[in-house]
Amino acid sequence: MEEIIPSIPFILEGILITLKFVLLSGVIGFILGIGVALAKLGKSKALGKIAGAYTAFFRGTPLILQLVYIYYVIPQVTPWNIEPFVAGVIAFSLNSAAYISEIIRAGIQSVDKGQFEAAKALNIPYFKAMRKIILPQAIKHILPALMNEGIMLLKESAVISVIGVSDIMRRGQIVAADTYNYIGALTIPLILYFLMVRMLEMYGSRVERRLSYSD
Amino acid sequence: MIKVNQLSKTFKKMPVLNNISTEINKKEVVAVIGPSGSGKSTFLRCLNGLEQPTEGQVYIDGTQLNEQNVTQIREKTGMVFQHFHLFPHMTVLQNITFAPMETHGKSKKEAEENAMKLLETVGLSDKANSYPNQLSGGQKQRVAIARALAMHPEIMLFDEPTSALDPEMVKEVLDVMKQLASTGMTMVIVTHEMAFAREVADRIIFLDQGAVVEETTPIQFFNTPSTERAQSFLQKVL
Ligand SMILES: Nc1ncnc2c1ncn2[C@@H]1O[C@H](COP(=O)(O)OP(=O)(O)OP(=O)(O)O)[C@@H](O)[C@H]1O
Ligand SMILES: [Mg+2]
Repeated sequence: MEEIIPSIPFILEGILITLKFVLLSGVIGFILGIGVALAKLGKSKALGKIAGAYTAFFRGTPLILQLVYIYYVIPQVTPWNIEPFVAGVIAFSLNSAAYISEIIRAGIQSVDKGQFEAAKALNIPYFKAMRKIILPQAIKHILPALMNEGIMLLKESAVISVIGVSDIMRRGQIVAADTYNYIGALTIPLILYFLMVRMLEMYGSRVERRLSYSD
Repeated sequence: MIKVNQLSKTFKKMPVLNNISTEINKKEVVAVIGPSGSGKSTFLRCLNGLEQPTEGQVYIDGTQLNEQNVTQIREKTGMVFQHFHLFPHMTVLQNITFAPMETHGKSKKEAEENAMKLLETVGLSDKANSYPNQLSGGQKQRVAIARALAMHPEIMLFDEPTSALDPEMVKEVLDVMKQLASTGMTMVIVTHEMAFAREVADRIIFLDQGAVVEETTPIQFFNTPSTERAQSFLQKVL
């Protein structure tokens, strides 16, 4: 066990990278997901179709394949070389947007139609009504589902280790390979991911309790 | 002020309104009554463009309501719904000031001053900072009326404003509406409150199966209804 101790800080540094990655992908995926959801619910048939195809594609193929596809194929067909971290954020944002858009669409549809009507009757412009009246109520209904998506994102983020991003997972593997101490090197990431997920869950239920004012 | 010309509306081939023509004058209070499913709500919603007529036209102040000018024309109307539709995540004050600030660009101060005045007229000054779920049904509906009035409409549309209320709360809402009528507001009220319609309305429009079956003064309608359909309806509700 001793030979693992000097490597612990090295593994812990991965926390920042994993968190930064999850936060970036989550935020971009969320914003994108709102856009895709609005396209699905909007008047334009063409946009709705595109949004539907987008969702079907990203839910219908393995995330790890999307990731390596973006990482290896984009540099071959375009002049851009992508950093592994950036490729990861692109893949995870696009992927989570597909799932989040479905959650948000259901959330918007769960808001009482009367809320749209009241906003309309008061001449509140569509996007303003969405942002300030409909979405805040929708988010409240779908908070558990969004929380789930966040937890999935956090756990699945370990996949980016395959393209060489030095997140918690990758660092654990490096230490394991260096020290041959698999138990130590892989148990630390296991505990780290578990604790992070637990913290996210606890934060989630706190927010949920705070938002339950109007029921 | 409002002119409805040969208005028809069908939902997926089902006729709901059938060739309705009428005119509503400035400061007039018109009660729309009729059996459930007769198209009262649909008629009302055509007046502020929440529904588009399948055929016929609605004119507000001489301008035909169409898809291009619907926001402009809607400026002139306020609507009150059976189920209030207050915004649950906003306080009473925010409910009232939101649209004036966001659509009319009013300053917060100006919007709040006006909102407080309106809350006073509906008797709810002390509830400004409450959330809708802390109010009774009657209080909610009075807030909804204040919210609509905050946009300074020339016409107020009411769709069964007291139907979702416990009996003891009906009066407080009707009183506010009476008071509003006495200020000269043009009002179109869909209601099942016959006594109220008789007392406050200048005219009754009786709808049945999407058509205007009777259109007359309250006295005539309630005392000597001329059609059989109105007679049998009144027998059931009075
Ligand atoms: N959006 C819609 N799509 C399809 N059918 C509709 C729609 N809105 C109303 N209808 C139908 O039109 C008919 C008239 O409805 P409307 O709500 O105008 O009646 P109402 O007189 O207001 O009835 P109530 O007293 O129950 O409120 C009903 O049969 C209803 O099912
Ligand atoms: Mg109705």
